[in-house]
Amino acid sequence: MFGKLTWDAIPWDQPIPLVAGAVVIVLLLGVIAWVILKGYLPYLWREWITSVDHKRVGVMYTLLGIVMLVRGFIDAIMMRSQQALAYQAPGYLPPEHYDQIFSAHGTIMIFFGAMPFMIGLMNFAVPLQLGVRDVAFPTLNSTSFWLTATGALLVNISLVVGEFARTGWLPYPPLSELAYSPGVGVDYYVWALQISGVGTLMSGINLVTTILKMRAPGMSYLRMPIYCWTALASNLLIVAAFPILTATLAMLTLDRYLGFHFFTNTAGGNVMMFVNLIWAWGHPEVYILVLPAFGIFSEVISTFSSKPLFGYRSMVMATMFICVVSFMVWLHHFFTMGAGADVNAAFGIATSIIAVGTGVKVYNWMFTMYGGRIRFATPMLWSVGFIVTFVIGGMTGVLLAVPPADFQLHNSLFLVAHFHNVIIGGVVFAAFAGLTYWFPKAFGFRLHEGWGKAAFWFSLAGFYLTFMPLYVAGLLGMTRRLQHYDLAQWRPWVLLAGLGVVVTCLGVACQIIQLVVSIRERVELRDEMGDPWDGRSLEWATTSPPPAFNFAVLPDVRGEEPYWEIKRRAIETQQLADEPEYQAIEMPRNSPTGFITAFFSTLTGFALIWHIWWLVVVGLVAAYAVFVWFAWRDQDEYEIPAAEVAAADRERRRAREAWLRANVRVREPA
Amino acid sequence: MTAESSHTDDESGDVAPGVEGPNIRAGVQGYLIGLGLAVLLTAASFYAAGSGLIWGPGIPVALIVLAIAQIGVHLAFFLHITTAPDNTNNVLALAFGVMIVALVVGGSIWIMDHLNQNMPPMEEMLQMQR
Repeated sequence: MFGKLTWDAIPWDQPIPLVAGAVVIVLLLGVIAWVILKGYLPYLWREWITSVDHKRVGVMYTLLGIVMLVRGFIDAIMMRSQQALAYQAPGYLPPEHYDQIFSAHGTIMIFFGAMPFMIGLMNFAVPLQLGVRDVAFPTLNSTSFWLTATGALLVNISLVVGEFARTGWLPYPPLSELAYSPGVGVDYYVWALQISGVGTLMSGINLVTTILKMRAPGMSYLRMPIYCWTALASNLLIVAAFPILTATLAMLTLDRYLGFHFFTNTAGGNVMMFVNLIWAWGHPEVYILVLPAFGIFSEVISTFSSKPLFGYRSMVMATMFICVVSFMVWLHHFFTMGAGADVNAAFGIATSIIAVGTGVKVYNWMFTMYGGRIRFATPMLWSVGFIVTFVIGGMTGVLLAVPPADFQLHNSLFLVAHFHNVIIGGVVFAAFAGLTYWFPKAFGFRLHEGWGKAAFWFSLAGFYLTFMPLYVAGLLGMTRRLQHYDLAQWRPWVLLAGLGVVVTCLGVACQIIQLVVSIRERVELRDEMGDPWDGRSLEWATTSPPPAFNFAVLPDVRGEEPYWEIKRRAIETQQLADEPEYQAIEMPRNSPTGFITAFFSTLTGFALIWHIWWLVVVGLVAAYAVFVWFAWRDQDEYEIPAAEVAAADRERRRAREAWLRANVRVREPA
Repeated sequence: MTAESSHTDDESGDVAPGVEGPNIRAGVQGYLIGLGLAVLLTAASFYAAGSGLIWGPGIPVALIVLAIAQIGVHLAFFLHITTAPDNTNNVLALAFGVMIVALVVGGSIWIMDHLNQNMPPMEEMLQMQR
C-alpha cells in the first residue's frame, strides 16, 4: 500500500532534523491557521494562488526564492560551525548527516533559491519594461511557478521523511547509483529536480516568447532595455540547456529504478558520460543565473548614475556572445578527468575568452558611472559591491581555467571560494539590488534605506570574511566537503570563515528587519508617483503597484529610453501628454490549473520516491485531467470597461501632474 | 503566420510547400503530402538498410542523407518553417537549436573519445603494459 514508506522513514534517533522539522511544521500550521482564522484564505486563493498576473506570479517566485535562501543559509551555518568545531574532533554532525547538509545546501541554493529569485524578478519586470500587459502564456506561467514550488516542497519533506542525497549537489555516479546510494535520498533529488525542471523550462519558453513576440509598439530589439536582453539570453539558455538536465537525470532514474546501465561501473555503463552531460547543462546554468543579474546591475547603475547606459550595443553584443560561448566551456568543470592536454587546452582557452564578454560589461558599468550624478541608494551599493567582488571572483575563475593550475586547485576550498565569490557577489547581490529596486513598483512603498544599507555592509563584510580565508585554506590544500580535519595550519582560516558566517548572519537579520520595518512604516515610505528612483525605462511610467493591465494605453516607444523621453518632454512643455482615448481591456482570467496540477505532481513525485505505484497513477491521471479541463474552458478572458481604465489612469495622471508642478517650481531658479 | 500574408500568397497562387492556406482543405492536403513523403523516406531507409541494393559501407551515408531529407520534410510540412520574413524568429530559433545540438553532441563525442583513449578499462591497460 505505501511502497517503501514506513514509520522508520522518520529519523526518530536524530534530534537535529526532527526538531527542525517539528519547528517548521508548527510554524507552517501556525501561518495556515492564522490565514484561515483571519479569513484571508478566500483573498489568498482569489488574488494570489490562482492568479495568472505576471506581477503576482513574479512576487510569489521571489518570495519562494527568499524563503529558500534562508533555508539554504541555515545549512551553511551548520556546515561552517561543524568545520569550526571538528578540528581533531567529530563535531556535532555525524558524517551521513553532514553529507546530506552540503548536498541540500547546494541543491536548494541553486535550484530553489537563486533560480526562483531570478525568474521571479524577470517575470515581474520584463513585461513592464517591454510595455505590455502580461506574459505570452499567463496560465502556463502560474503552472511553472507551482511546479517549482512542488520541487522545493519535496526537497524539504526529505528533512523529516526519509533522507536527502549524500552525493553533493550534482549526484555523480557511481555514488548516486542504487548500489552505493540504496536509500531514497537520490530519488528525492531526482524527482524534485525533474518536476521543478519542467516548470523552469516552461517559464523559459514563456519569457522567450514574450520578449520575441509581445513588445510595445515601436520597441524594436535594439530599443529594449538591457535587462530584457539579458532575460532573453538567459531564457534561451534555459530552453537549450534544461532538456539536457532532464535527459541526464532520466537516464540516472532508469539506472536506479529499472536496472539500466547508462552510468554504472559494469555492463558497459560510463560514469564519465554523466559528468560530461550534467556539466553541458551545468555551465549554461551558471549564465542562466548571472546574465539576468548583469541586466539588473545595468539598470540600477544607469538609473542611479542618472545617465543612459554606456555602450548599450556593446552590452547587447557581450550578452549574446556569453549566451553562445557558455555552451563551449563545460569541460573546465572536469579538467582532471583525463580528456588530455588537447581537449583541456581548447576548453581552457574558451573559458578565458568568455571572460572577455564580462570584461566588456565591467568597463561599460564603470563608464556609465563616470561623470554621472551618482546616488548611493541601497540598490546602487549592491551594484558597486558587485563590481569589486565579481572582478575578484572572475580573476580566480580565469586562474582556475588554466588546466595546470586547476589540477592543483580542483576540489579544494579554493574552488568553493571561487564559485561562492561569483554566485554571491554576482547573483545574490543582484537579487537584493533588484529586490530593493523593484520593491516599490510591486507594493507601492519603498524599503527602509537605513536597514537596507546595514544589510549591505554586513553582507559584504560577511562575504569577504567567510570566503577570503577559504581561498587561503584551499591554497593550503584543504579539500571541500570535509566533515572533520586534523591539520593545525587550516584551523585559523576555518575559524575566520566561521566568524564571517556570524557577520553574514547579521546581514540576513538586517534584511528581515528591513522588511518588517518597511511594512510597518509603509505610509511614510509610500511611492505616490510610481517613479521613486527617477527611472528611465517603461516600468516607471505606470503606477506603483501597477494595475492588473499594467498600462491603460500601450506606450508608443520612440527611443532606447522611452520613459526618460516622456518625462523630459513633460518637464520641457510643463504639461503631461494629451489624455489618450481609453478603451476596454481584455485580461486573462485567473485559473487554479497551476495549483491543482502542482498538487497532483507533488503526490506523484512523493509516490515515485517511495515506490507507491497506485498513487503515481492517480497523480498523473488527475494532473492530466486538470489540463484537459483547462483546455476545454469556455471563457478565458474578462473585460475591464473603458470607464474603469480611464478612472485608474486619470488617478495616475493626477499624481504625475502634482509631481510636475512641484518639480518645475524647484527647477525654475536655475 | 498572419492571415494577411497567406491571403496574398493564395491569390498569386505561389505558395511555399507546407504553408497553411486559409481553407482547411489546403491545410489537410499539405499535411497529407508531408505524411506521404515522410513515410516514403522511412520506407526507403529500411529498404536501403535491408536490401543489398547499396554497397555495404555506403549504407550509413545513404541513411544520413535520407534522415536529413526527413528532417527537411518535417520542418517544411509539419512545423511550417519557410523563408518568409514572418518566419525569421522560427528560422533563428532553429539555427540556435542546431548550433547547440552540434556543440553538445560534437563536444561530447570529442571529449568521450579522448577520455576513452586516455583512460581505457583496467584490462586493456594491463594488456598495453605487456
